[in-house]
Amino acid sequence: MNRRILILSIPLLLFLGASVFLYKGLFSDPTELESVLIDQPIPEFTLQDLHDLDKQHDKGIFTGQPMLLNVWATWCPTCYAEHEYLNELKAKEGIYIIGMNYKDEREKALRWLDNLGNPYAIDLYDPRGMLGLDLGVYGAPETFLIDSNGVIRYRHVGDVNDRVWQQTLKPIFERME
Amino acid sequence: MRVLTLAALLWLPLAQGAIDVYEFEDSAREEVFRELLRELRCPKCQNQDIADSNAELAKDLRDKTYQMLQQGSSKQEVIDYMVARYGNFILYKPPFMASTLILWAGPVLVLVIGALVVLVRTRKKSATANDEALSAEEKQRLDRLLNKNKES
Repeated sequence: MNRRILILSIPLLLFLGASVFLYKGLFSDPTELESVLIDQPIPEFTLQDLHDLDKQHDKGIFTGQPMLLNVWATWCPTCYAEHEYLNELKAKEGIYIIGMNYKDEREKALRWLDNLGNPYAIDLYDPRGMLGLDLGVYGAPETFLIDSNGVIRYRHVGDVNDRVWQQTLKPIFERME
Repeated sequence: MRVLTLAALLWLPLAQGAIDVYEFEDSAREEVFRELLRELRCPKCQNQDIADSNAELAKDLRDKTYQMLQQGSSKQEVIDYMVARYGNFILYKPPFMASTLILWAGPVLVLVIGALVVLVRTRKKSATANDEALSAEEKQRLDRLLNKNKES
């Protein structure tokens, strides 16, 4: 008799299992892709400086200290929303941030930084999305956490705000060497 | 319905146009190009291949694919390049590996389990059918009931 109950309850258990799986799916964000570059070094690149087109930057700028790489553009409303918080991160917490202006127009980008303040230690200019492609960027804003050896430790898709920083990014940032 | 058809008709040349900007001298390579555009999923738009999507990123990926093919990369090399950057998500056909095993084996597994259940159940039934012959007492009772029915 016990065995019978056991066998009969299999479909119920399967159903419950499937329900839990699907229920969890309700709260996952399908637009968030995992980065395959986690724990990999920043790819090789050469990009111009946004302010001074004669100046070029390469991979070397991503070593020496833990930092953020923030991908942004003036066509991206969410970037506008997060910009003020990036200013704060730099001013109050002294976070070293490198900005990458992504598939954008230079004049607009420069005006944006003039008007909204510039939280970036270095401004990379990637009008054709070359480094973006190598980083697996599929939108803006995206923020990468990079350790002092130039290894990517985390990728955040979407805006950086107080909640995201305190709950997710800051703990990882502080663990990085 | 008519609106839908119209929309479809309007959409068609657009999607085609996206491919036609690229010129190939080698028709075999062009074929590979078309295949790749159908097999690579746009990372930005969830469920469109990069041939279909008008997203900026899809255009970049088309350009990159074209560039790589023109420089002599094979189909597999382009696929490897894309997966190295965007992960397996970019492939419509997931590779056969531990984490995708359920996708590949799932349907077969369900079919096999279903067939087994049916098989076991029918066997059991035919086995018990023989045991269910009526005992003498039951036969008598049945006769009585039938006769009763006839009389009334």
